[in-house]
Amino acid sequence: MEQEKLVIQSAPHIHSPMTTQKIMFYVICALVPAAAVGVFYFDIRALVHLLLSILFAVLTEALVQRLVHKPITIRDGSAIVTGLLLGMNLPVAAPLWIGPVGAAFAIVVVKQAFGGLGHNFMNPALAARAMMLAAWPASMTTWTSPFDGLATATPLAIMKTGISDATALPTYWNMFIGNIGGCIGETSALVLLLGGVFLIYKEVIDYRIPLAYMATVFLFSSVFGGNGFDSGLFNLLAGGVMLGSIFMATDYVSSPATPRGRWIYGIGCGLITMLIRLWGSYPEGVSFSILLMNIAAPLIEKFTTPKKFGEVAKKK
Amino acid sequence: MKNKYWNAITNGIFGENPLFRLVLGTCPSLATTTAVDNAFWMGLMVIFVLTFSNIFIAMMRKVIPDKIRIPSFVIIIATLVTVVDLFMKAYMPAMHATLGIFIPLIVVNCIILARAESFAYKNGVFVSACDGFGMGLGYMVALIIVSAIRELLGNGSFFGIDLLGVNFPAAKVMVQAPGAFLTLGMILGIIKLMSSRKKAE
Repeated sequence: MEQEKLVIQSAPHIHSPMTTQKIMFYVICALVPAAAVGVFYFDIRALVHLLLSILFAVLTEALVQRLVHKPITIRDGSAIVTGLLLGMNLPVAAPLWIGPVGAAFAIVVVKQAFGGLGHNFMNPALAARAMMLAAWPASMTTWTSPFDGLATATPLAIMKTGISDATALPTYWNMFIGNIGGCIGETSALVLLLGGVFLIYKEVIDYRIPLAYMATVFLFSSVFGGNGFDSGLFNLLAGGVMLGSIFMATDYVSSPATPRGRWIYGIGCGLITMLIRLWGSYPEGVSFSILLMNIAAPLIEKFTTPKKFGEVAKKK
Repeated sequence: MKNKYWNAITNGIFGENPLFRLVLGTCPSLATTTAVDNAFWMGLMVIFVLTFSNIFIAMMRKVIPDKIRIPSFVIIIATLVTVVDLFMKAYMPAMHATLGIFIPLIVVNCIILARAESFAYKNGVFVSACDGFGMGLGYMVALIIVSAIRELLGNGSFFGIDLLGVNFPAAKVMVQAPGAFLTLGMILGIIKLMSSRKKAE
């Protein structure tokens, strides 16, 4: 937080060279390949979606901060990340106004109304997506296949309605490189993983949350999915697990800060995702699972705060 | 017109609006504001119950023993609510079915008990009637504001009249429960912001 000049803390005083701006820059770098793949598969319309979402996220942030007489902080890049993530969470066939509306909702209601960057209690982009899914369910679930733009179903939706013939499901290779129906930025597991590795290498995100999330999804669906490790692999590659676990669940503000808490948080996200996918009424549960765990994050933190140095456990 | 009767009425609409200022009676306000029509009738019923409960309680305030005043209030309010409930059932069965459980629930609406306890029990009959009417009117105005926003965004209409045409992409979430929380929260926030600025000036 740049505006908080005076921070009083006990030792050790370690200065980190990481600034908000730098972190956001790295996140954008990691996201751009996945977004580019989305544009490659879903044509120029995907690019328009992405740009509109980013533009309106930044504009609303500036507008709100101006209206409430706060310093305008659009230069820190957090609004760009929110807009980009939101755009990547849209199906390409959705009407073009939906990105701007979602971006405005994310910034005004979820971020600025609670005090701006660092104070949002859940991930703004995801909360906006959940709102739009509830508001315009038809527009938000109209999927098209890559390249030809014909109406199709996502692999998860095919699973949900029951497989009529074995050829309906895409091959694992297509799911891995992203040649399937889905949101603009969620289809290609390959580039999302590359982005994730880059962020972990740069120490922007902690490996614990994505790892716990993916492992839980894989194991849970292997046991309960009905098809052994096939189900596990399928559920890992389908839908938004990659995008969600690497880029959304790891949001600093709305995820726990303690290492043990992060394991619990990731496992919780994975469990809820799979519960919704296997037995819920929605085909996909990534956004809702992360939002629910966002709300649980303060509680997790409370129970996993490490002991202070020299502290002795209270005798009962 | 600057007398205490007029003040008692306007106080309920602006200064101490039950929903926007005191944040009382939020539960029925969330449930009955899916359409302006519902909100209007709900508001009318609350005005009726609130005005007459204030009148009766103010009339009997000398004879109600302090220790059992709450049960006494509840009996008076419940009687009035039963009157409204039966009236709606007889003459407006469709609206009665729409509002459903929220009509009998007016009995436990915090505003009514709060005004009985804090105003009617301590003041004269006529001024209590004005207070009840003002509070009820304030509640109705608030309900109509919330429901107008929700109906317009969630259904593209106002009072059942289609305003924005069939092509308007109505946000279904606005007429569902989360829409009520969003709308009420935003209105409360804006009012709070405006009043804090007024104070600062």
